[in-house]
Amino acid sequence: MPLDNVVFWVFAPISIGSAIAMLFQRNAVHAALFLIVNFFTIAVFYLVLAAPFLFAVQIIVYAGAIMVLFLFVIMLVGVDREESLIELLHWQRPGAIVLGLGLIAEVVAAVRAGIGFAAKAPSHFDELVNKGGNPAALSRLLFRDYFFPFEVTSVLLIVAAIAAMVLAHRRRGIAPVEAEAGVTEGTGVSGSEPLV
Amino acid sequence: MRTPIAYFLVVSAALFAIGTVGVLVRRNALVIFMSIELQLNAVNLTLVAFSRMNGDLIGQVLTFFSMVVAAAEVVVGLAIIVNVNRRRRTANVDDLNLLKW
Repeated sequence: MPLDNVVFWVFAPISIGSAIAMLFQRNAVHAALFLIVNFFTIAVFYLVLAAPFLFAVQIIVYAGAIMVLFLFVIMLVGVDREESLIELLHWQRPGAIVLGLGLIAEVVAAVRAGIGFAAKAPSHFDELVNKGGNPAALSRLLFRDYFFPFEVTSVLLIVAAIAAMVLAHRRRGIAPVEAEAGVTEGTGVSGSEPLV
Repeated sequence: MRTPIAYFLVVSAALFAIGTVGVLVRRNALVIFMSIELQLNAVNLTLVAFSRMNGDLIGQVLTFFSMVVAAAEVVVGLAIIVNVNRRRRTANVDDLNLLKW
């Protein structure tokens, strides 16, 4: 049995299992931790698919930066709050599961019709396409053919950073508009208190 | 590389469907957001698998851009969730009915 087959069959159940476990966690922190496990398995898949640069980026950006941001916001919003189990639409949960299974079946049928289950990847990918190493080959493509989109993404990142600052900025003197049940008026919600 | 590419596509289809069910079923805005991240990652996996199958790097470049967009999306989305939480003291999407007709 070749090695990449072993890696796939070890990590595919972990990947799907951690995704399903994320779905069933009542606590948002536990869901975030299972999502990190899932991101790591996807990074391993990238490594098997001869994309070591994306493997590193996946771990640094997703499992590192984005999930830290998620955990930070979970702490900000409050971890001890339990999710209410009252369903407003009683058919929504079974309906969602049926639609999800239908989606899997549809995509599997599309894959079968499109490339078939026996289609193997061409060999010599590392020698032909990843010549000089995957990061070097990727950057050759990125900085020659896709240079303009690459520059546009820098604009996008700056706009997103400014948007986040504007949205999360707390203006002094403006009280929360509708403090809902559970929080009495004026305690801990006032604008003068620091956020963290 | 002896694993058929279709196996990766099936795994990514399963992850995408789990993410979809998560978006539809969960009530916590943060968990819904995490499910959206799961869907994005499933699509990224598809792109890298197709890049490996076609023997070029365009799918990997597209995944790279998709990660940048996902990072921007997470920043803005989490800022919105923090803002909503500050005003309404809730992360439950059922409580947010201001735009409901």
